Amino acid sequence: MKELARFRDPAVAQRVLREIHETLSKPRVIMEICGGQTHALLRHGIDQLLPAGLELVHGPGCPVCVTPVEIIDQAIALAARPQVVFTTFGDMMRVPGSGKDLLTVKSEGGDVRIVYSPLDAVAIARSNRDRKVVFLAIGFETTAPNTALAVAQAHRERLDNFSLLVSHMLVPPAMRALLQSPLNRVQAFLAAGHVCAVTGWQPYERIAEEFGVPIVVTGFETVDLLRGILGAVRQLETGEARVENAYERIVKKEGNPAALQQIHRVFEVCDRSWRGIGVLPESGWRLRPEWAAFDADKLFPAPGFAGPAVTECISGLILQGAKKPPQCPAFAVRCTPQTPLGATMVSGEGACAAYYRYRKSSGDGHGR
Amino acid sequence: MDDELDASGWRCALPGAAPRTVQMGHGSGGRMMSELISTLFQRHFSNPFLDALDDGATLPAPAGRLVYSTDSYVVDPLFFPGGNIGDLAVNGTINDLCMCGATPLYLSAGFIIEEGFPLDELEQIVHSMAEAARGANTLIVSGDTKVVDKGKADRLFINTSGIGVLSIQHAMGSHHLRRGDAILLSGPIGDHGMAVLSQRQDLGFSSTLRSDTAALHEMSAALLRACGEAVHALRDPTRGGLAAVLNEFARASHVAIELQEAAIPVRPQVAAACDVLGLDPLYIANEGKMVVVVAAERAQAALDVLRGDPLGAAAERIGEVCAGNPGQVSMHTPLGGWRIIDQPYSDPLPRIC
Repeated sequence: MKELARFRDPAVAQRVLREIHETLSKPRVIMEICGGQTHALLRHGIDQLLPAGLELVHGPGCPVCVTPVEIIDQAIALAARPQVVFTTFGDMMRVPGSGKDLLTVKSEGGDVRIVYSPLDAVAIARSNRDRKVVFLAIGFETTAPNTALAVAQAHRERLDNFSLLVSHMLVPPAMRALLQSPLNRVQAFLAAGHVCAVTGWQPYERIAEEFGVPIVVTGFETVDLLRGILGAVRQLETGEARVENAYERIVKKEGNPAALQQIHRVFEVCDRSWRGIGVLPESGWRLRPEWAAFDADKLFPAPGFAGPAVTECISGLILQGAKKPPQCPAFAVRCTPQTPLGATMVSGEGACAAYYRYRKSSGDGHGR
Repeated sequence: MDDELDASGWRCALPGAAPRTVQMGHGSGGRMMSELISTLFQRHFSNPFLDALDDGATLPAPAGRLVYSTDSYVVDPLFFPGGNIGDLAVNGTINDLCMCGATPLYLSAGFIIEEGFPLDELEQIVHSMAEAARGANTLIVSGDTKVVDKGKADRLFINTSGIGVLSIQHAMGSHHLRRGDAILLSGPIGDHGMAVLSQRQDLGFSSTLRSDTAALHEMSAALLRACGEAVHALRDPTRGGLAAVLNEFARASHVAIELQEAAIPVRPQVAAACDVLGLDPLYIANEGKMVVVVAAERAQAALDVLRGDPLGAAAERIGEVCAGNPGQVSMHTPLGGWRIIDQPYSDPLPRIC
């Protein structure tokens, strides 16, 4: 904790903040990739303290938000099956599918359990051999090693009642898609520190070079975030475009080779549909064919998917940094955490949830 | 009741054959139940009002106005670091009475027990309840026991209700906040919720956290004696945590509340556990803390009283009631930023109390 306190020290943060103010010479747009960073920026009020010309836009790095509706629908259908114990991270409970959400399935009698790690789901499978335990494996490169470990563990224990519904996503293809979009305004990225802790930053070097964008690997504490922003601003001011590591205490250039090895043993790259954005080539991981015995997608017939219902939700634009939550006409009016139109309103890393929670009261009026 | 017609749960109650778990017969109204009452509940809770064993307790009427409160406890697990469902259930109702400005006098206790529940665990829980009631100078004067079939309840649920006599003359509560009032907090937040969470087997998460479950009667009484009418509201921030209490206050009184994040005490272990689990200590349940809204000119005196009690040693002044959007709770961050503290919209941790 003492170690961490250095990265939360208001005096240090103020110094970095001053430097940002002194360095910025003209309006700039920086995207923080990770929804955890979006929440931290708003929670600490960092967005309010930056120079007026420096705009932070919020990226697609919220795994719950980008999990496609067809996976949610598949999860809901699985969770409703009588022999299934459906396990998931808590955030997924309220994410609307095309019909209902997992919370509703639970209230209707489905055995839906919140776990904090896929290994907890393996433990449930171990002690419930007469039930089929399915884990909804979502997330980016950060959560994939744990999922891979869980599969390997289930395999070692010969648990034939454990399976995964996989919707793992990869960050670099999403950055590439953003930069190629005609909507793009982003001039520099804060890369998600925890993702880079697994993958290292080599995958980002080509993006920085190809698109001429500075990319700063950034952490989650106040000083981390401000140092990331300062790094991006400095590069923009000097016309550089390279990958820089502002999260040195956690991230190494080569990432975590043991975790990567575990991932590649279990997963292979595939095209993946992103909620609100569409299908991005080679942007996800699926189980390798040799692990098919653990693939819920293959073990249980998927329900027919009619395509996402048409709503006024603009979460696709929000996840691409093209709009901010308060610009959505439904925000905090027809779309609230109790009545979400999109996943960005209910995820702990969703941009809409962050604005709703930290800037707009659900009560008697807007924030300041 | 169907339960009473189910003969499978009946066991011979002869000495030496006594079951070690709760049986359907223990809730039957028959001999097994009488034995359970005399050997367990009466033995621990004994007092003249309870020992009369009538359908209700006949109590002397105290002078003044009464405060009456009830609460049910479904915490999972039943035993957690720092306490168990028993002292939680007694302290919880005592605190509800104290937060209304009452001196707690009498409690009732209702037990809903799942068939097969170990009697030695029940005894530990009943013992804790008796200790907690004694510690707060209250008597458990009435009780009830129901046993339900295996699988029809999760081990044990307890309801307690309590009667206290009002010790104040002035109106106090969520509707009585005034601009300029100070907000005090009696100690670090989130201990109870995180301690219980750390014990949930399915979370695979352990730590050294302890619940803060405690009766606040002495601290609240001392505060009201010292500051009287200057105290505008008291509340123990249980489910929904500090955030829920302050939002309720702000809405009920049509005022804004501004907090200073740096002043809010949170233990490092609680902060770290919340970080890992993506939770905010402001929303986590407490069972031995008190939020005090007091006129600014008496704030320091009130803080001194809180700090003079062992349960309030780490008390802090954490914010003010002020002009601004009525109903809005906001917080200044240590960095100089600002954010809203919204009302919790669902329970982040079910069955915490």
